Formats: sequence, structure tokens, C-alpha cells
Amino acid sequence: MPIPVTIPTPLRNLTGGADTVQTEGATIGALLDNLDAAYPGIKARICDESGAVRRFVNIYVNGEDIRFLEEKETAIKETDEISIVPAIAGG
Amino acid sequence: MESPFFTSLKCRECGKLYPKKATHICEDDFGPLECAYDYSAISRSISREAILSRPKSMWRYRELLPIDGDPTVGVQNGFTPLVKANRLAKALGVDELYIKNDTVNYPTLSFKDRVVSVALSRAVEMGFDTVACASTGNLANSVAAHAAAAGLKSYVFIPADLESGKVLNSLIYGTNLIGITGAYDQVNRLCSEIAGKYGWAFVNVNIRPYYAEGSKSIGFEIAEQLGWKFPAHTVVPMASGSLLTKVHKAYQEFIKVGLVPESRFSIHGAQAAGCSPISRAYKENANLIHFVKEPKTIAKSLAIGTPADGYYALGSMRETGGASEDVTDPEIVEAIKLLAETEGIFTETAGGVTLGCAKKLIESGKIPRNEPVVLVITGNGLKTQEAVMDHIGKPSVIKPSLREFESLLAARTDA
Repeated sequence: MPIPVTIPTPLRNLTGGADTVQTEGATIGALLDNLDAAYPGIKARICDESGAVRRFVNIYVNGEDIRFLEEKETAIKETDEISIVPAIAGG
Repeated sequence: MESPFFTSLKCRECGKLYPKKATHICEDDFGPLECAYDYSAISRSISREAILSRPKSMWRYRELLPIDGDPTVGVQNGFTPLVKANRLAKALGVDELYIKNDTVNYPTLSFKDRVVSVALSRAVEMGFDTVACASTGNLANSVAAHAAAAGLKSYVFIPADLESGKVLNSLIYGTNLIGITGAYDQVNRLCSEIAGKYGWAFVNVNIRPYYAEGSKSIGFEIAEQLGWKFPAHTVVPMASGSLLTKVHKAYQEFIKVGLVPESRFSIHGAQAAGCSPISRAYKENANLIHFVKEPKTIAKSLAIGTPADGYYALGSMRETGGASEDVTDPEIVEAIKLLAETEGIFTETAGGVTLGCAKKLIESGKIPRNEPVVLVITGNGLKTQEAVMDHIGKPSVIKPSLREFESLLAARTDA
């Protein structure tokens, strides 16, 4: 079952302008790999050389930051809401 | 005319350089962009004598501020008093204490007049005719006032539940004031969408690299006013954490360009207990910041649950041997009263947070009693009257009669 993932504006040039894309994976890590297979280059924007999610990118599963879940090992299912959101400057 | 000193924007994460445009995020890794300078060129131009010969405003350090030409907006801002606070020092049990008093910053009575002066001077240089901001209040006041004075159109976005003083102090300047039903972080999120769509100079979004640099002037002034040295301890309130990192940068830059010899200084961060994501991470010895979804504090100007510079503020505190504290609403009110009653300075809630946290840091020994301390007091109490209104008593009302006065006086002396 595909899982919808919300793509932020700065990454939409990699998804042909799509703000939501369908992908698969049992964990966030697997989902990112599949996302990169479909949209080459997108993973390098989200993760650093060591594979860790970049400091100024947040990935939310049902509104919860994966840093406070199991990071890339966080298990996901098709009913989950996944969003990729760059940190917002301000204040 | 290009500045020979301010050279480019630079990603704080990967170091990639960008031209000096209205942009704030690295396109590769989403890291924040920061202003970069040619410090050897600055060292050749700046000197204590040169600074002393210039007008007493934040622009006397202009080589270290990121605009190309002369400042055009807020030219007279800054250079607020550094008050030697002997009575407060005694109350806190420390030997040497100073208040950096930005409650009287020109023209809208908070440190935000510094950042807005830089942001709008830069926005004018870049040809913008409309400016905007997301604000917890003080920035709103300052953007509205400076836009009015500069003849710019302005849109100011605030949480709808702000103190009435902060609302009034924006409206009076004829800005387009928009209250958002939600916390600051939701205002900010909306503003980042608006900034992407409209070609405005959003001072704390696409102009943020320039805007944030204005805060350095507090650090420059403290060092100059102390006689070209750093206090051993500087206590700074934290909302996004930006001000704290910029005070740190200011001290480092003064060393780099040879204005102050290298010496030890610690920078401490202060937050309200009802919104203390940075302080919590500090105390847990963590780098990850748990965002606060629903801030609950009377210190609304500090109520940012997702602090953009939280990670870097943690770094600055740890690198300089500083610490972080947080205080409850009653402690904030007590501190506001203490500052007023000992030094005659009426601060807004953020200043109560700073003083309240300083008190805790002194009591816990993190600030030794025999080392000089500067408290950065960032805003004026007239703007947050609701916070103290019910805690300061009421005037005694009598008839115009000497007898009534004398019986009142006698009752007070007895009490």
C-alpha cells in the first residue's frame, strides 16, 4: 500500500512540482530510499553524508518529529501522515 | 557601492557562500545563512579612536554591520545606557553588576530597534517598498514605526492574544496589523508561506541574515561601555536564541578585529518555565530540542516553541562555559518588581525572565559572586502592564485634607 508523503516547496523541483507523492516502506529509512529511487537526488537533500536526517529538516509522522520516535527506524503504515518540513527560521 | 567589509552570505552548516541577496536558507541542506565579513579589511579600518569619533548610536560599529552604503533607517538607534546597578547587586549578593538598558532603546523601547534598523536599511538598499514580519510584539512595534518613518508599506503578523500595549504600539503607526489565532510558531509558519509568495522584505524570514546581525550591537556596546573589555558573565533572554548567539559573535568579532584582547567570558541563557525548550535541552545535556507546542507564560515575547537558533544558542553557552535557567511566572513578576524597586528600571516580562534566571545562576554558583555580570534587559514594562497590574497594589485615595493624609501616614508607619 502506498503512503502519501508531503513534500516541501524547496524539494518540489525534484518531484515534478508535486506537493504530495506516493511511496512505500516499512520504516522512514526505507521510505526515504524508495523516494530517492523515484526522485533521484531527493535523499541527499534530506540526509547528510552519514545518512542522518539533516539538522534543519524535520520529518513528522502524524505530527511527531521522528527524532523523538525511533529516528529512521521509525515504523510506519499506510494510514500514517508523513511530512517533510524544513525548519522555519524566525523570531 | 559595495561594502569592502561585508562580503557574502554563508551557510552555517556547510559553509557554502551565497551572494548578498534577500535569501536565508542554504539550498543544499536548509541550514541558515549568516553574514560573512572580511575581518582583515575591517581590522585595517576600525579602531577604538575611530569608533569614539562617531555618533553614539549602534552604527558607530558600521564595519561590522551588513549593509553596503550608509544606514538610512534607524540611524540614531542603539547606544543605550549600561547602568552600574549597585542596589540590585547588593540585593543579589554580587560585587559588580550592570544592566544593559534596552528598555529605553530608540524609538520603540526594545532591542528590536537594533535589528530593524539593519533589516530595513538593507531592504531599502535592495529596492523593496514593502516590509513585513512575524512577531511576538516588540518586533511588530519596531517594524511598524520604522516603516512609517521610512515611507515603506508594512504588514505585521502577530499572535492574536498579545498584550494590548504591544497591539496599540503597532497600530498607531498605521501598519497593516494582522492577528493570527494561534501561537507564534503558527504565525511564523504562515509568514514563511506568505514570504514565499509575495515579494516583500520579511525581516525575520528572507531578510533574517541581515536582521539578526543588528543584535550584535548590544554586545559591541557592552564591551565598549565597560572600557573595552568583556564582562565575565552576560545573561541574555532566549526566544529563538538568536540574540544570545549574536552577543557571542559580537565578542568574538571584537577580539578578531583587535578592539578587545582575548579574555574569558561566559554567556548564559534565560527562558520562561512555560516555554523553555532551549533551557531544557541544556539541562538535559542534549543537542535535540523538544519543541513546545503550547507555550504558557506571561513572557509572551519569549514564547517561541520552535527556536530557530536553539541549537546554536546551546553551542554558544557550552563553548563559553555559560549555563541556562528558566523561571516561573511568579518569579518573573518578582524580578520585574525587584529591578524597578532597586534600580528604577521598569522592564517587560522578558527582563523579569533575565533577572530571575540570573538570580538562580548566582544562587547555584554558576555565576560566582565576585565576577562582573551584565544583564541584557531587552524591553520596556509599559508594554506588558497586564503582567504586573494585579501585583503592585493600588494608590491610596483620600480627600484633599491634611488630617486624612496624616492618618494615612500614621497607618502606614504603624504597619
